Amino acid sequence: MEMNQYLEVFIEESKEHLQSCNEQLLELEKNPDDIKIVNEIFRSAHTLKGMSATMGYEDLANLTHQMENVLDAIRNQKIKVNGEILDVVFLAVDDLEAMVLSIAEGGDGKRDVSIAVEKLMLIEKGESPALSKARAETAAAIAEPPGPVKSTYDDFEWTVIQQSKEQGFETYEISIALRADCLLKAARVYMVFEVLEKSGEVIKATPSVEQLEEEQFDQEFSVTIVTQETPEVIRQKLLKVSEVDRIDVVEVSMGDYISRETVKDEGTLKPDVEEKADRASEMPKEEKKAPAAKQVSNKTIRVNIERLDILMNLFEELVIDRGRLEQISKELNNQELHETVEHMSRISGDLQNIILNMRMVPIETVFNRFPRMVRQLARDLNKKINLEIVGADTELDRTVIDEIGDPLVHLIRNALDHGVETPEVRKAIGKNEEGNVILKAYHSGNHVFIEIEDDGAGINKDKVIKKALKNGIITEQSASALTDKQAYELIFASGFSTADKISDVSGRGVGLDVVKNTIESLGGSVSIDSKVGQGSIFSIQLPLTLSIISVMLVEIEKEKYAIPLSSIIETAIIRKADVLSAHNQKVIDFRGKVVPLLSLKEIFEVPSDNHEDEFISVVIVRKGEKMAGLVVDSFIGQQEVVLKSLGNYLTSVFAISGATILGDGQVALIVDCNALIK
Amino acid sequence: MMSEMTAADLKLIVFQLKDKEYAIPVNQVRSIEKVEHITRVPRTVGFVKGVINLRGVVTPIISLRSRFNLEEAEYNEHSRVIIAVLNDMEVGLIVDSANDVIDVAPESIEPPPEVIGSEEADFIKGVTKIEKRLFILIDLEKVLNPEELAAQDGKGIAG
Repeated sequence: MEMNQYLEVFIEESKEHLQSCNEQLLELEKNPDDIKIVNEIFRSAHTLKGMSATMGYEDLANLTHQMENVLDAIRNQKIKVNGEILDVVFLAVDDLEAMVLSIAEGGDGKRDVSIAVEKLMLIEKGESPALSKARAETAAAIAEPPGPVKSTYDDFEWTVIQQSKEQGFETYEISIALRADCLLKAARVYMVFEVLEKSGEVIKATPSVEQLEEEQFDQEFSVTIVTQETPEVIRQKLLKVSEVDRIDVVEVSMGDYISRETVKDEGTLKPDVEEKADRASEMPKEEKKAPAAKQVSNKTIRVNIERLDILMNLFEELVIDRGRLEQISKELNNQELHETVEHMSRISGDLQNIILNMRMVPIETVFNRFPRMVRQLARDLNKKINLEIVGADTELDRTVIDEIGDPLVHLIRNALDHGVETPEVRKAIGKNEEGNVILKAYHSGNHVFIEIEDDGAGINKDKVIKKALKNGIITEQSASALTDKQAYELIFASGFSTADKISDVSGRGVGLDVVKNTIESLGGSVSIDSKVGQGSIFSIQLPLTLSIISVMLVEIEKEKYAIPLSSIIETAIIRKADVLSAHNQKVIDFRGKVVPLLSLKEIFEVPSDNHEDEFISVVIVRKGEKMAGLVVDSFIGQQEVVLKSLGNYLTSVFAISGATILGDGQVALIVDCNALIK
Repeated sequence: MMSEMTAADLKLIVFQLKDKEYAIPVNQVRSIEKVEHITRVPRTVGFVKGVINLRGVVTPIISLRSRFNLEEAEYNEHSRVIIAVLNDMEVGLIVDSANDVIDVAPESIEPPPEVIGSEEADFIKGVTKIEKRLFILIDLEKVLNPEELAAQDGKGIAG
């Protein structure tokens, strides 16, 4: 079968299931007794196993299978959840992730999973994985002896049987004997199961399904099924499977169970049954829920992101043509054309909103890997950390999402390593032993804010300044004039590290300047607020989208340039006489502030025929707190434009961040105000 | 790049600069366009004339005359932009005209003569002769030379 067409779906769904495993495992760690969570994980693992087996990824299927066994044992309360077991399961999930990743990257998804498998097997056998390896090897070799053909049921199964009965389902135990000369026993077993699963729900097989699949039985096996069909119908159906010798259908009655129950000690049984009844009552409910869930899922479809990109590109061309049409209609001055173009503009405006919205992805996709990371880091650092995530449903453009992950990882590592203190220290200064890290995302205006807040030690200003002096980032002179905020900003300088100890986690001083650069390259900014002893907040501001921006078009001689509205404070026309000169730098007095003037004509070396005007047009732009006035010839107006790169050839053009295509088909360059203000 | 394709004939796009005929392998050419409005890009190397809108893609343009240190000429109705592709980069080359495609056997391409007596010697990969016409094969990699561009970096101006 041609698998390639399913590969993408497989990879996507695997990732989702693994993510859900991760989340639920973390949840389970907090509530080790919650069987519902185990069920969730089990379901994800089971689906994953099925999918990977279908796709022919055996290692993947194998490991998931072992994991499933352990989970099964947990939910059947054969083993108790503890940190050690969770570690092993996490390890297995890590392996699975690595394999899925390898498949996604075009690999074969093969990986040596024997360590994880071995550990899982040990757990399943009820041993601690930390025990000696020699035992592990022998343990792995032992196969369970084939069970008796007559089935026995545990409490859980009895509950299912009982509940089925209440809902009008009958339970039958079917003994199937294959002919002695049957060659493909596993195949017959498969066919029998297929028939049975069409008639009802198989709740038990003796020997177990795994053993049956591996042909670890003689000629006979028994299957217990919950169904509404009569025994005779089932019998007839099963007899159609070839090489079946004999079928016995026996009704399973509650009488068997009740007689057994009385023998049991009541004290232990009661809570046990209640809990299991809980779980059991979930089963039929879920069955009913399934068709409903399907309908919901039909309302969303998976779309390859490439297609959305193509759609976006096509739409961008439409925006350009729209601009052109508007221009033509203005020139022709035809009323009908005018109205049509206007209508089209409105529709394409709506379309633009929809397309931009389609590209919006909840930041969850980035955030959801952090709980795992924090758990691991906290263990490595011997700290107790509680990570709280707020606003994971905040949406951001995909291009931003793709880039923001790494900077956030850095900042979180930083908060855990340098921010939150060790439990001993926290206890000593009267804080809760467990440190809190809050990851928060929210919309505000045309921006998205992401905050990383910790209640750790905060930033020690003196220490930062001392370090910066030592590393030659600032001079003694400037150090004394620094405000708190400016001092904190120093930790974003390259070659800076405040940790006394260099650790694996962070603290090589290469991280935070990269963080700042990445965020600024996305058109965002990052700031720090901190109180010594109380913690720090790193706040990141990001634009909602990167592909369509609002600009002010200006003209310099015959050339047009676009200045992003996000950097513009305002535009002004001033008299030449008002321009002052300070230290060979032209400045103006703008609302009480001295603002340096920059002539774009000079900076961009625009060929010109020096004519003098009495008035000059100035665009006041800012970078952070600093301002500058850009002198232009005239303002054309405000416009939404599609941001385009200059291509791979022209990579570093001074003070130009990109280009856009105007209505007349010409290219206008976009001015990078950040490069102009130092 | 070229030595790998020994078996088949090489297809070359022929273009003119001043009085000479040059050639570039057809697989390095995406399309040939007429010269339209070029937006100047400030503060970059001299031979980069600017960028054009090539069906919605902003494409940089270099003048081959300027690159080969020939005197610049006004663009006329014969002037063309050859959109060349090299390692993911699309770059337009302005030439005086481009109107021919030739097939040559790879073995007929000779290394450039030691003394060619002109500035463009650095950018030549080889020469080939067909019926008294001499075609100069250009080395696109050296013509574009991204490193030369990368060295162009600016400084902030206002304090």
